[in-house]
Amino acid sequence: MEINTLFVILISTIFINNYVLSQMLGLCPFLGVSKKLDSAIGMGLAVIFVMGLSSFFTFIIYKYVLVPFDITYLTTIAFILIIAGFVQFVEMVIEKVSPVLYYSLGIFLPLITTNCAVLGVTVLNIESGFVNSNMGLLMAVVQGVGGGIGFTLALILMAGIRERLEVADIPEHMKGLPITFIVAGLMAMAFLGFSGMKI
Amino acid sequence: MKYLKEVTKGIWERNPVFILGIGNCPTLAVSTSVSNALWMALASTFVLVFSNMFVSALRKLVPSHIRIPIFITIIATFVIIVELTLKAFQPDIYRSLGIFIPLIVVNCIILGRAEDFASKNDVFRSMLDGLGMGLGFGLTLLMLAIVREILGANRLLGYTLIPGMEPATIMIIAPGAFFTLAIILTGMNYLNARKKG
Repeated sequence: MEINTLFVILISTIFINNYVLSQMLGLCPFLGVSKKLDSAIGMGLAVIFVMGLSSFFTFIIYKYVLVPFDITYLTTIAFILIIAGFVQFVEMVIEKVSPVLYYSLGIFLPLITTNCAVLGVTVLNIESGFVNSNMGLLMAVVQGVGGGIGFTLALILMAGIRERLEVADIPEHMKGLPITFIVAGLMAMAFLGFSGMKI
Repeated sequence: MKYLKEVTKGIWERNPVFILGIGNCPTLAVSTSVSNALWMALASTFVLVFSNMFVSALRKLVPSHIRIPIFITIIATFVIIVELTLKAFQPDIYRSLGIFIPLIVVNCIILGRAEDFASKNDVFRSMLDGLGMGLGFGLTLLMLAIVREILGANRLLGYTLIPGMEPATIMIIAPGAFFTLAIILTGMNYLNARKKG
């Protein structure tokens, strides 16, 4: 039963409510880092990691600090500071522990703070009412990781298409951003196909 | 005259969405109806103006290596003010904008202006810059929202336009947002190319 719920959350955040293509969160990195496949993969992994762990920390802070002290109106400011602090911390740890990983991932980490998918998933975790469930923490983390995987999926698909667009014959005025938006629109239409899916 | 320039540059010349290419998430997600777009524009402009003023007033006191967390804290404070005000006085709007109100914090336009402009200029000019960027962002949102609401819901400001016509629902959901923005950007590229000759 419980495992089933977690599985439903995972599939629906990856495909049905894909953060980029159906909720329109995290579009800045989606458009900014999707020019090359390599950097898209690096960014995607960093986002999965940060989204999963930020979900964990913000959920704990919300449930055990903000709710008992009745200061839930500070949710936004508390969450963004947790995320900013956490990203900074991860950056420092990776730099010390594994310089190789730092050079391949490091440049994307500061960008993640302003990725609205990260703040978005932490706020959605609270709005989904996970706080009232005793499996809440696990559900929040699964939703965070699922959101990250969904983001990565969209980013990698987009990067693959954009690498081919470089050599394609595109109308003069559509070069650059306009054609990217058209492609994103077509991808969003494809993902609409999942929206009727029942699990 | 010189001050007027700070306001008008945000509307066309350095329009945050069309030219600088930032602030896409709220632009696309909130432009489903004209009233949503207007409230979002109002909320973002309020945050932009005040965060720009405060960042500018504190610019000589903030040590440069911790400036980003400080800017984010200032921005988040004004976002909370907006959030609580809307929740109290406009609960319907608060519900339909939903998650995109707290997400004003991570709107790249606001942090971008704090970093690029307000931390280098005086308070009055930063205020005007915030106002201009807010207007530019608002007009962009409105433009998208008008197209999407007419085509996608056959309505404008909540009034039905052509009775009995089946609207193209795709314009109101995600793909429609991408297509509308793509077409507007293509038009702008065309105009700019023609101006250059």
